[in-house]
Amino acid sequence: MDHIPILKMDNILLVSIQVEMHDRLALTLQKNLMTSIVETGARGVLLDITAVETVDSFIGRVIANTASMTRILNAETLLVGMRPEVAITLVELGVSASLKGIRTALNVDKGLQTLRTLLATSDIENSRYGETG
Amino acid sequence: MVIDSSEGVTAARQLTRRWAAELGFSVLDQTKLVTATSELARNIVLYAGTGMMHISQVEVNARRGLRIVFEDQGPGIRDIERAMQDGYTTSGGLGLGLSGSRRLVNEFELISEVDQGTRVTVTRWK
Repeated sequence: MDHIPILKMDNILLVSIQVEMHDRLALTLQKNLMTSIVETGARGVLLDITAVETVDSFIGRVIANTASMTRILNAETLLVGMRPEVAITLVELGVSASLKGIRTALNVDKGLQTLRTLLATSDIENSRYGETG
Repeated sequence: MVIDSSEGVTAARQLTRRWAAELGFSVLDQTKLVTATSELARNIVLYAGTGMMHISQVEVNARRGLRIVFEDQGPGIRDIERAMQDGYTTSGGLGLGLSGSRRLVNEFELISEVDQGTRVTVTRWK
């Protein structure tokens, strides 16, 4: 059965969806991602959907849930490379509401920059909190 | 084609994509049609277990379009008006399958009878 590889770059996980994703695959990916976060202690996830031509309400929900789940595990998910026609369709479909609050980036490069900055800032805030106790 | 599994939903998407591309629809319109197909095909699997999808080219007054019919002999829809509302779901989903699909196409027709089945016909013009 096909699967989607999860790559680790420092404390960030990169998932690049290159195949037509059927429902089971999407849920398997979600599960594998959570496991990876726990095993690696990753603080960020880059979900690259540059190659994804269609996002329907089911996949939209999986993405939204995945972002919530990673947050609970102290990792931030960034959605990268959404195609314009996908964005337009998601809004018309009405799914964009559940995707509100998910950070996005144009491409993996920018996504990495954004994530790293985000994590650096939150780490500084966390340690500051620790000092004032 | 028969739709009876999540693989069938994927196949349905690919079929619509092929037809829409051949007909010369813009990428945006292709995406809308494929997404609507995904929603409606998924409904078949979710509620009826199995069903059929018929796709055809249509032409009216020199205007060409794509017409797709999704039908099943499933449980049917008890309250069609409610089912067509955003957010109403009987399967724990987002409740956007029917209402969302309607927004993605030009013509949308839904016929359903409890315990008999459901037929959704969507059309998108070029």
